[in-house]
Amino acid sequence: MPHKTFFWFFFPSGLAMVLFIGLPIISSFFQSLHIEPEQILMEVEKCDPFGCKTETKVDIEATTKLQEEQPLGRFNGLGTYGDRNHLAFDQIKEAWNNSSSMSNFIDILLNLPFYKALLFTLTFCFAVTPPVVILGFIVALSINTLTKSLKGPTIFGVILPMIVTPLIGSLVLFWMIDAKGILGATIQYLFDDPNLSLKSSSQLTWITLIIYGIWHNTPFAFVVFYAALQTVPQDPIEAAIIDGASRYDRVRHIVIPHLYPVATFIILICLMDNFRVLEPIIGFAAEGVAQSLSWMIYNDLRSENKMLFGSAGATSMLTIIGVAFLLTPVLIRTWKEFRTER
Amino acid sequence: MKKLLIALLFSFVSTSAFADGHSPCGVTDGSIKILANEFTTYRIFMDEVKSCAGDGADFSVTHSVDHNKLQVAALSANPAEFSAKLVTNGSITTLMNDNLIRPLDDLVAKYGSALQDNQKIVIDGKIYAIAFMANAQHLWYRESILNDLGIAVPSTYEEVIAAAEKIKASGKMANPYAGAFKSGWNVAQEFVNMYLGHGGEFFKAGTAEVSINNDKGVAALNMMKRLTEVSNPDFLTQDTNAVKEEWESGNVALMHVWNSGAASLLDDEGDQMIKADTRLANSPSVGGGSVPATTLWWDGFGIATNTSDENAEASFRALLGAATSTEMANANPNATIWLIDGYSPGDTAGPVVDAANRGAAPYPSLPYMSLLHGALSTEIVEFLQGNESAEKALADVEAAYVAKATEQGFL
Repeated sequence: MPHKTFFWFFFPSGLAMVLFIGLPIISSFFQSLHIEPEQILMEVEKCDPFGCKTETKVDIEATTKLQEEQPLGRFNGLGTYGDRNHLAFDQIKEAWNNSSSMSNFIDILLNLPFYKALLFTLTFCFAVTPPVVILGFIVALSINTLTKSLKGPTIFGVILPMIVTPLIGSLVLFWMIDAKGILGATIQYLFDDPNLSLKSSSQLTWITLIIYGIWHNTPFAFVVFYAALQTVPQDPIEAAIIDGASRYDRVRHIVIPHLYPVATFIILICLMDNFRVLEPIIGFAAEGVAQSLSWMIYNDLRSENKMLFGSAGATSMLTIIGVAFLLTPVLIRTWKEFRTER
Repeated sequence: MKKLLIALLFSFVSTSAFADGHSPCGVTDGSIKILANEFTTYRIFMDEVKSCAGDGADFSVTHSVDHNKLQVAALSANPAEFSAKLVTNGSITTLMNDNLIRPLDDLVAKYGSALQDNQKIVIDGKIYAIAFMANAQHLWYRESILNDLGIAVPSTYEEVIAAAEKIKASGKMANPYAGAFKSGWNVAQEFVNMYLGHGGEFFKAGTAEVSINNDKGVAALNMMKRLTEVSNPDFLTQDTNAVKEEWESGNVALMHVWNSGAASLLDDEGDQMIKADTRLANSPSVGGGSVPATTLWWDGFGIATNTSDENAEASFRALLGAATSTEMANANPNATIWLIDGYSPGDTAGPVVDAANRGAAPYPSLPYMSLLHGALSTEIVEFLQGNESAEKALADVEAAYVAKATEQGFL
């Protein structure tokens, strides 16, 4: 394709990407460098049904004036990035100097909100992605062998978890695993422990969230694999059958190599999606034990006070950096393959 | 002659209108969009608001348990998504901080002749909200269960735990106690109750500097931990509405929930055996203190700053009509404690009056309290799960608060 044609072909989507992805990222970055202007407090008399007393209140006039002078807030540089709710440099330094052992240091580190969230986010990513790819592949292979009349309904059933809105899907499961729900009660019966509750311990909640993640993401891998399976060349397969290759051998030596680039694509998308995990945490009411980076952003913007734009912006930037780190190995690999193919 | 009659009639109507102020109800135009919490008493109130508004205005109400988290974003926009918000002494400070609700003095002067003085929330000489009910959390118990086991009605939390353990040991119930311990706003509210019950102060006097990492804070957390041990193991996912469901299913014999819960717990729906057995008791004190471990609340409404004067007036009139409706209050005497003129309290008002008499504090209306509430809502969870010491949890709360208060410009 000539460069000029390519440019005009790409221009509309490029423009949309700059407008709707690029500019918001730049704006979040600027916001993350600022914090709210100082709040000016004053003592006033407040009267309510329980009586009158003198209490502190924000001096609205003075504070509004400050806000008008600095609509973005006070410039804080990278201060927000380094505070306790983000990278927590001071706390880490202190912990490093004062902790008695490595495990003590790690305990302190993982107690800091950002690192706690990072640990869950990464665990979720790496626990969900491999099973999704493998399960998606197996399901696609199995459905590919079904007779035509059965295929349609089965495919519909399989992609159902993806169709259901994540929040609704997780809420449905949340009630099913309740101590009195069908799954929760069955598990109690099987383990003969009336106090067993999937919602009460961190480990079990994490496992529940991961299983939910696999359930929700597998259809995506299935759809992509299933589409790719339709492009597997029939000639080498027939040749292999004549040569006496078993079904396993055919899959291992012909189908898998053919689907390899597709698998890379699925891994890429899954890692990216799972790094942004949010809805199941809300649906399962798991904020107490499992916090992700996206949940931190959500929490900053839905706190009961003013929205913490600076803090949310900083976490967003750190999330983008995290996604970039995560994808680098896969991207380098794809690039190398691209180069050798040329 | 006919003209004279009309003129006479007209003058009669206008004099009577002057006599008791402009009648608030029968709004003819404007848009009334209200954001409110979700519980039965508010539904009763909103039905009255709707009937007062009449058909002339565009009326809608959004009930959400997440109202506190939505309010700032929804009312900051100009024009705001909602023209009015039901507020409490907890949520009003956040709106006041950002100047999101307007002074109501003009509207009160025009329509508010039926208001009682204690309904007016006056801050620095201006009326910012109109209160219509008072509320507090207190103890509820199942009379037959306590009688069967010969347990006296607990008056301290130590007795609550002893009673719960006795019920558990008798095999009647596996998890006899319930409180709203859902991680988030609810669990933080339980801490606020318990900490005030121990006589604690949240901030160094006159400053935004937090000070909860002390003996009283530790004692409050330990008491919460002991209560969760006699609660459903899923306590971290149960908010007030979930606790009420547990109660109505007969799984719980003692609970600490809102007085306004009577509106749904004592209605004609659900198991009538349980309803007949449900009793209200005073809020327990704790740790040898005399103050009940609970907070006093008023619920009222505020009108958005960022809405047109026309919509503000329409919303104010409709809400005021309900907030001065003696008929509504007396038709639902047990739904809550109405602050409305002419209301005669029902038999469920006792525990709230008792809490006020014994010196329970109103929930602190400080501009930075909601930041501390937010920090509590996630940082004490690990302690309740047994993964962290009480001192560590409180230190985490303080550190999380300091980081947020610094970013907000309070420190």
